[in-house]
Amino acid sequence: MTVTRTLAAALMTTAMAVPMAAQAENVLRWTSQGDALTLDPHSQNEGPTNSMNSLIYESLVSRNYELVLEPELAESWEAAPDGWTFKLREGVKFHDGSDFTAEDVVFSFERALAESSDFKEQAKAVTSVEVIDDYTVKLITDGPNPILANQLTGILIMDKDWSEANNVTTPQDYAASEETFAVRNANGTGPFVVESRAPEELTVLTANPDWWGTDLFPGNLDKIEYRPISNAATRVAALLSGEVDFVLDPPLQDLKRIEAADGLEVKTAAQIRSIFFGFDMASDKLRSSSLEENPFKDPKVREAFNLAIDKDAIQRVVMEGLSFPTAMITPPGVLGNTPELDEQFGFDPEKAKALLTEAGYADGFSVQLDCPNNRYNNDEKICQAAVAMLAKVGVDVKLDAIPKAQHFPKIQNRTSDFYMLGWGVPTLDSHYVFAYLLAKDGSWNATGYDNARVNEITQAITTETDLDKRTALIDEAWQIIREEKPYLPIHHQVIAWAMSDDFDIPIASDDGLRPRYVVKK
Amino acid sequence: MLLFILKRLAQSLLVMAVVSAVSFSLFNFVGDPVNNMVGQDATREQRAEIREKLGLNDPILTQYVRFMGNAVRGDFGLSYRIRRPVDQLIMERLPATLELVFVSAVIALVVGIGLGVYTGIRRNTFLSRAILSISLIGVSLPTFIIGISLIYLFAVTLRWLPSSGRGGTVDLGWWTTSLLTLDGWRSIILPAITLSLFQLTLILRLVRAEMLEVMRTDYIKFARARGLADRSIHFVHALRNTLVPVITIIGLNIGGLIAFSVITETVFQWPGTGLMFIQAVDFVDVPIMAAYLCFVALLFVLINLIVDILYFVVDPRIRLGG
Repeated sequence: MTVTRTLAAALMTTAMAVPMAAQAENVLRWTSQGDALTLDPHSQNEGPTNSMNSLIYESLVSRNYELVLEPELAESWEAAPDGWTFKLREGVKFHDGSDFTAEDVVFSFERALAESSDFKEQAKAVTSVEVIDDYTVKLITDGPNPILANQLTGILIMDKDWSEANNVTTPQDYAASEETFAVRNANGTGPFVVESRAPEELTVLTANPDWWGTDLFPGNLDKIEYRPISNAATRVAALLSGEVDFVLDPPLQDLKRIEAADGLEVKTAAQIRSIFFGFDMASDKLRSSSLEENPFKDPKVREAFNLAIDKDAIQRVVMEGLSFPTAMITPPGVLGNTPELDEQFGFDPEKAKALLTEAGYADGFSVQLDCPNNRYNNDEKICQAAVAMLAKVGVDVKLDAIPKAQHFPKIQNRTSDFYMLGWGVPTLDSHYVFAYLLAKDGSWNATGYDNARVNEITQAITTETDLDKRTALIDEAWQIIREEKPYLPIHHQVIAWAMSDDFDIPIASDDGLRPRYVVKK
Repeated sequence: MLLFILKRLAQSLLVMAVVSAVSFSLFNFVGDPVNNMVGQDATREQRAEIREKLGLNDPILTQYVRFMGNAVRGDFGLSYRIRRPVDQLIMERLPATLELVFVSAVIALVVGIGLGVYTGIRRNTFLSRAILSISLIGVSLPTFIIGISLIYLFAVTLRWLPSSGRGGTVDLGWWTTSLLTLDGWRSIILPAITLSLFQLTLILRLVRAEMLEVMRTDYIKFARARGLADRSIHFVHALRNTLVPVITIIGLNIGGLIAFSVITETVFQWPGTGLMFIQAVDFVDVPIMAAYLCFVALLFVLINLIVDILYFVVDPRIRLGG
């Protein structure tokens, strides 16, 4: 009897205690496809990893959800021809209690520039870091750099002493045979501290009570629980059943269903990523065509392809309205995109046919389109639609849709005649597009496009500090590109977030969750 | 006896060698891991350098020999994706998979044998026919669809069970289990049913067919003539004699359960070796793929070896004939 009563009492207290504890805390439970690969902030430049690490670590400068630059570990900065001076925030502490000072900035840049770092391309604008005093550093650049602040948002700052004590002064080497301490342990200055982490299962982060920004930002989360769910249908089910509050990447075809459910909402925004096709316009002969010459060398053929593909139909039918058809390979939000340049070429199969006839291909020709099937929204379906549209003007396109791990090497190795690619721009500046996709030696320029003026402008805008002049140069390059069409732009992607309406979660075009702005109502 | 086992062991080693060689040569077609390992702004030179460092430019035979040389010493390398030792990763994930397989096997056995006996004895009732028709679903529907349907029914509509993940685990130091807490059972039940359904229907149909066969034999008629109770005839005389083929099939299918768990684990985000394998394929994480395939091959080989030895013990004809 007594036992039963004690048990009942115990059960009742437990039952009462649980909902109370839940109410006392604002917990955001969320999911997306993949888990962070490592907690080392310089080892993997990859979506989920960056997203997790930027909760724990911070950079000198960051972007808010409207993608406007804002001070983070630096309070202010000033540009000079030989480098930028950053005034650091005082009184900031790492999670282990040690002070954040200029030494940590020097160390972190050295680490980000190390051979085994995945951020060395981003950090390479900084040649060295000079300590002026404990809270002032000068980032030395190789000549004037007008956009240095834009290039620094991904470089996270680590604690020098902690890294030295744990023997992680460089990011993990690919060829190493042991994991380093920083893969599973972290010590940043950020708003959240890792409480527990089971990779691919659950990572629990609690708010850092000593964070410098606690009173400066509207966010009121006490805890974040992140559970990656790789299957898209399961992800949606977890949201519908109330097990998670937020899904970063719901499948587009499920959005209507989510919106129809009680207590859930969907937000969409234009993404900083454009989808387009590239032509190999440099090779003498195409690999997948029976022609003796390369038809893509002829600008008329490239224009005909542009006119033959109905981007509005792709938006309507394939994307269910969730895309922005375009004539540019970089989206609004990136410096250089203007409404005039983004004005579509139009859909005109008659004219396309006429242009092909003029170029000597009245009977069309055959070519292979290489396309990924697991990288972009509806990637394979877009390619299928394009194949059908090109068939109507007499071009016989054979589609090869394959996983990204096999698709991207074709572009890297320059073995594709005609391919799909998407490009996001972390710096929000056209230089990032020119340098990789349009300059002669760009690492992703598989078109072989080589225009002397574009190459020259790509160089010039790295050092041009007169911003009006610089913008004019960028505009000039885009005019040339619009004229010569080395790429066939399809659309800018749209991102969709699905969430419980208990939370106010501002959507950001770079697809990054920013918990410091997340409010539990 | 000893000679028999030695012979079998030698054959097993051969099978392992062939499996690992075949799987290794397949990795050539999965794609290039380097693209997944570096950010989009890595230069072509940096990519080439990583390929060189990882030895991906060597001929496939050289890579294979290097892999086997290290594997024999117990070194399976670091995962390309997570940068942690592969053997450690597999050992961490193994308890989840083995528990899932164990619970599924129990469900398949208990329910499969129970329903099989029932439909075998009362073969003309409405219920028997209904069970048989429904069991067709288990054989014909893909695991993926079954899993998603169960999630929508029990997690989204009824909200009785969690949709995914492995909740309520208890760490015993060398093993993490979800079988000690209510939460753990709540999260294992849907994936276990999903995984068991195919085996369950297989066992059901096998037991039923055997029961029909046995019930016609003379010794059952004699047992009936002796006036024994139905229960004792069905479960002592009949069922016992149907179990020999059932045990054989189950033994062979445990391996199948582990293989099928790849899909179930993906649907339910069950953090076992199957989910890890799928993620490794996606990323072209060669060290994990290679180690996992070797591990599964080893498992199959071991199970077959045990079955062979059991035959040897149970069936005197093999002993005499051998």
